[in-house]
Amino acid sequence: MAHVTRSPVAHAAALAKPEGGLPSTRRRRRPSHWPINLMYLPAVLIMSAFIFYPFIQGIHISFTNWDGYSQQYKMVGLEQYRRLLSDPVVLRTIGNTFIYGCGSTLLQNVLGLAYALFLDQKIRGKGLVRTIVYLPIIISPLIMGYICYFLFQYDGGAANDILHVLGRAPLDWLSNGTAAVWIITLVNTYQYMGISMVIYLAGLQAIPKEYLEAAALDGASGWSRFRQVTVPLLMPAITISVVYNVIGGLKLFDVIIAMTNGGPGNASQSLSTMMYNLYFAREDAGYAAALGNVMFLIITVVGLGLLRYLRRREVQL
Amino acid sequence: MNKRLALLLVIAISLLHIIPFFILVNMSFKSPGDASSKWQTPLYLYLDNFTNAWQSAHLDQALLNSALITVAAVTLVVTVGALASYPLARFPTRWNRVVYTLCISCMIVPALTILVSLYKLVVDINGIDTYWAIVLVHVAFALPLTIFLYTGFLKTIPRELDEAALLDGCNHFTLFVRILLPLLRPITATVIILVGIAIWNDYQFSVFFLQDPNVQTVPVALSGFFSQFQNEIGWVAAGCLISILPAVVIYVFLQRYFVKGLTDGISR
Repeated sequence: MAHVTRSPVAHAAALAKPEGGLPSTRRRRRPSHWPINLMYLPAVLIMSAFIFYPFIQGIHISFTNWDGYSQQYKMVGLEQYRRLLSDPVVLRTIGNTFIYGCGSTLLQNVLGLAYALFLDQKIRGKGLVRTIVYLPIIISPLIMGYICYFLFQYDGGAANDILHVLGRAPLDWLSNGTAAVWIITLVNTYQYMGISMVIYLAGLQAIPKEYLEAAALDGASGWSRFRQVTVPLLMPAITISVVYNVIGGLKLFDVIIAMTNGGPGNASQSLSTMMYNLYFAREDAGYAAALGNVMFLIITVVGLGLLRYLRRREVQL
Repeated sequence: MNKRLALLLVIAISLLHIIPFFILVNMSFKSPGDASSKWQTPLYLYLDNFTNAWQSAHLDQALLNSALITVAAVTLVVTVGALASYPLARFPTRWNRVVYTLCISCMIVPALTILVSLYKLVVDINGIDTYWAIVLVHVAFALPLTIFLYTGFLKTIPRELDEAALLDGCNHFTLFVRILLPLLRPITATVIILVGIAIWNDYQFSVFFLQDPNVQTVPVALSGFFSQFQNEIGWVAAGCLISILPAVVIYVFLQRYFVKGLTDGISR
């Protein structure tokens, strides 16, 4: 996503689909074909060097007390993981990470679906709405964080100006940890809800109108048509949108750095920003590597778990 | 739905979503002495914000660096990824299936989780503050998705085409370059948009690997600028506006491709 920063869903989808993998077309194993495989050599080399090797190295580092720069370090076994479990800041951080992940997913999908349902009708100006809602996606999340910082800053922030007009005292929004976490979640929702909207819009347009008309003829009310016809047929879109948003939210980094830098204290830290702090500010590389592995585990388990759960519901319907 | 109510909703939603940009524009054109609310559009244009931001954030250099890194990485990703997808899609031997699965599994690894060892690696190969290292890192993390999209698309192209071309005297390489690559154009557009946006906006890698101001990309330059001039909010706002402008302009003109490309890339 963005990034490819926000890309693991598609591939996860590929792994989970029973037919994922390669087409089992005629096997051609004539020996003259093997040099063709050289065509993927560059790709495999680059990925081995910058993904596989660091991944394995990271597991190794998490068993050491390396400080990030010196040549000497010693193996400490599971000590770093033991520290993680007894560190209250880490537990709070994991909680925040889940709010960022699940909170934005919930908001993005509910709002995205509502917008899609609204735009799926014959309405003047719907192209404009789509353009505007989609616009933030192409902007760097870091810069989006700065822009929204101006909205919520204490001194002359745009939100406080509204409070002023309403005759209320200004609030220091971002200095309250819980509020900061939710404001960051909102900013992330605002930035990426356009993706959910477009996915749902495409899903809605693929639903044959006859189904809804038939249900209407059978006397189904608007809500039950939505519940019984639209939602089941929308399940594939829901799967994609939910899994994509969860992974994006769990990895959230830039917006936090821009708006609070993890503060006040460590109150709005996510696993990604915490790793960044541990490694570069506190020179605790072994601990940071262990945290990275925990984050990898959380994202994989949550992402793949949700994917399997939602896919199963698709099959049932 | 009632037409008037619908129109009202359209306007309300549009206004609500444009607020951050509206505030940003207001701030960028306001002089430092003007203490009026951020909601108030100034009735004058104070352009010093832009010149100050441009000079003190070194945005010219940063835009150039961003463009250079993005173009280099996207070109490399498309070339290496498209090449790799041909044997993986067309010759699904057991060995190639293993390679494909391994490539695709890389998509699970969120880049940040292996930051510690990745950073160590880049230090060890003297890649800090160099263009080539950041480009290679971007390429590595964009390749899984690229290979996934290309192999998926190649499967939809009939193999009879290959066989006809081979009979006519193409070898596998010329077959791929001359016949298949032109057919892959739609998915190439998707890859360019997806990967291009991600790399242009990247902060999480660039902030670690590009510490020297001479090689910094736009987001990194802005973050340094922001912490240094937090009190000159007009400058910072102008800097933000300048740096989102290229992407916004391209988006407005190529909107159809962006929406389609991004959504296709995710949905596949």
